[in-house]
Amino acid sequence: MATPAEAPAAGGNRSASLPITIERLVKSYGSFKALDDVSLSIRSGEFITLLGPSGSGKTTLLMVLAGFVRPQSGSVRFADREVVLLPPHKRDIGMVFQNYALFPHMTVAGNLAYPLKLRNVPAREIAGRVERALDLIQLSAFGERRIDQLSGGQRQRVALARAVIFEPRILLMDEPLSALDKNLREQMQLEVRRLHDRLGMTTVYVTHDQREALTMSDRIAVINRGRVVQLDRPRELYERPATHFVASFIGESSTLPIEVRDGRASFAGAPLLSAAPTPASSASSFLVLRPEKLRLLADAAPAEANVIAGHVRQNVFQGDSIVTYVRTASDHEIAIRRSLRTDEVLAEVGTAVRVGFSAEDAIIVPADADAPQTGRP
Amino acid sequence: MTLALDQIATGGTASGANEEALRRQAHGERRSMLALTLPALLLVGFVVLIPIGWLFWLSFVDKSGFTLIHYQRLLHPTYLLTLRTTFELAFTVTVVCLLLGYPLAYLASQLPRRWASLVLLCVLFPFWTSLLVRTYAWLVLLQRRGLVNTWLQKLGIVEEPLRLVHNFTGTAIGMTHIMLPFMVLPLYATMKTISEDYMRAAANLGASPIRAFWQIYVPLSFPGLAAGLIVVFVLSLGFYVTPALLGGGRVMMWAMQIERSTTVYADWGAASAMGVVLLVITLGILWLVSRLTGSAKLGEAR
Repeated sequence: MATPAEAPAAGGNRSASLPITIERLVKSYGSFKALDDVSLSIRSGEFITLLGPSGSGKTTLLMVLAGFVRPQSGSVRFADREVVLLPPHKRDIGMVFQNYALFPHMTVAGNLAYPLKLRNVPAREIAGRVERALDLIQLSAFGERRIDQLSGGQRQRVALARAVIFEPRILLMDEPLSALDKNLREQMQLEVRRLHDRLGMTTVYVTHDQREALTMSDRIAVINRGRVVQLDRPRELYERPATHFVASFIGESSTLPIEVRDGRASFAGAPLLSAAPTPASSASSFLVLRPEKLRLLADAAPAEANVIAGHVRQNVFQGDSIVTYVRTASDHEIAIRRSLRTDEVLAEVGTAVRVGFSAEDAIIVPADADAPQTGRP
Repeated sequence: MTLALDQIATGGTASGANEEALRRQAHGERRSMLALTLPALLLVGFVVLIPIGWLFWLSFVDKSGFTLIHYQRLLHPTYLLTLRTTFELAFTVTVVCLLLGYPLAYLASQLPRRWASLVLLCVLFPFWTSLLVRTYAWLVLLQRRGLVNTWLQKLGIVEEPLRLVHNFTGTAIGMTHIMLPFMVLPLYATMKTISEDYMRAAANLGASPIRAFWQIYVPLSFPGLAAGLIVVFVLSLGFYVTPALLGGGRVMMWAMQIERSTTVYADWGAASAMGVVLLVITLGILWLVSRLTGSAKLGEAR
């Protein structure tokens, strides 16, 4: 949105984004710890998602960044500037609210102009910038509309435009797409990401939708019970979850309790081969299996590294694939997703089958109590 | 199976199955709704519309037939002065109610529900005592040697007792007390619906708390504000009991003038004319306000 004429502020270059450093934030409501010693480093220009179930503390963390919630202790720095004591209106960051919070007594253009007026931008320049913003969100003809005359998707775009029209270097988004229907949501995910790439500000995005997080983020901070459980790139998070919680929260998976002794893992007495380093010895570890990484083996097929026997319990047709649920002899359930083209083995309900998977796809995670934090630079 | 299909085929003429019966059912429902509202409609007709029509009629006739004399007489300075006093008092009471009621309603809307109920209870409490009792209570409190003057003197704020009653001030104090709930309740109801996200959004966009309040919160509270202002002003215009008692005969309200016309002079024509004037003024105000707030009503919509 910035033209070269208006981007540089007087007295120096204004970079498009700022890094955020969060250190040891604590916020509790009575005995409930919404934020339990949270530290997080967000790089300049990064799109980071706070992902977690409701009540995990992800929204509280966003509210602390915005200045609406005062923590008990801890530090938040935008670049080198400590902001934790700064009131919200002095933080100069954009925010998209879950319900958009567009002012109903102002027109669309009025909403977009408001942050510029507050910054004493000359009226002529405001008009130009509002017009360009409306162009950008493809609502040029809607400037004089009232907010209640817009559809959900249009409101969403206006809220987004209002949050970035004053060129903040940090943008916060609080489940901004949750009110939209599925198709529109998926379309907006891509639009939001493109906007971020174009404007380049540091973006902190809150969602409980793991698919949305995987789609949009540079990195994802998985949050549970007021703690950052894992901070990683989407692919690493999916393929190398650090804990049982992360494994079950992100993507579909079957988790089986396993035994680990002297660095060797076994399930129901049978040894398991895993490419990842297994924890030395732990009474409570889990084997995480992604449905699309599993194969049903024909009797004659050569055994894979790992094989678990069981019988077919249910087949569910899902359009692009079939999910087969296999009951193991130890009475656990494993889901296997199979494409419709390669119907490897006939799997009538009740048939005895073998489930095979490679050592690379055998993910072993500890139970959640002693969850380690892993950060990947 | 073939039989069933045949039946559908013959029953399904151009008008569609059951169309006649469904239409009859809809008619029947509409008739019973009408029957249910009939008592209320009759009541409104008999106790509102017909008396008002009668009022109009009376204001335009005397023994000789049609006349405008009742209205001409209202141009006399006595009546004009009364009208002015009435408006001044209603205006004063409305403004004071606004100044007291807005912060009170705001406080209640921000408190947790339990405390808010307590505040509203305090506002409503006077509602449950008789108007006369409350008015006499003010008389006791505000008189020359009443509680208020005694305290003011003891605290050394005033030397001489203030003249707080039997005048404009006393009337305004008593009426404000009685009118305050009519201001606070609609304001509270509206403020309760204003999501705190609006104020957060304003702050996030760079508005200081004071600017956010004036530019966002006040406009959003406008529906309740308009309702409260109208109710208080209109009710104040027609107020009788409190001005009659607390005014001590020195504050002449329009309603008191009407009362005097009927009980002292038995002049029903003049009383009717005054009633019509008050009615027209009130309707005029309502019309004006609804025109003015037409665009501000947006605040109600999400």
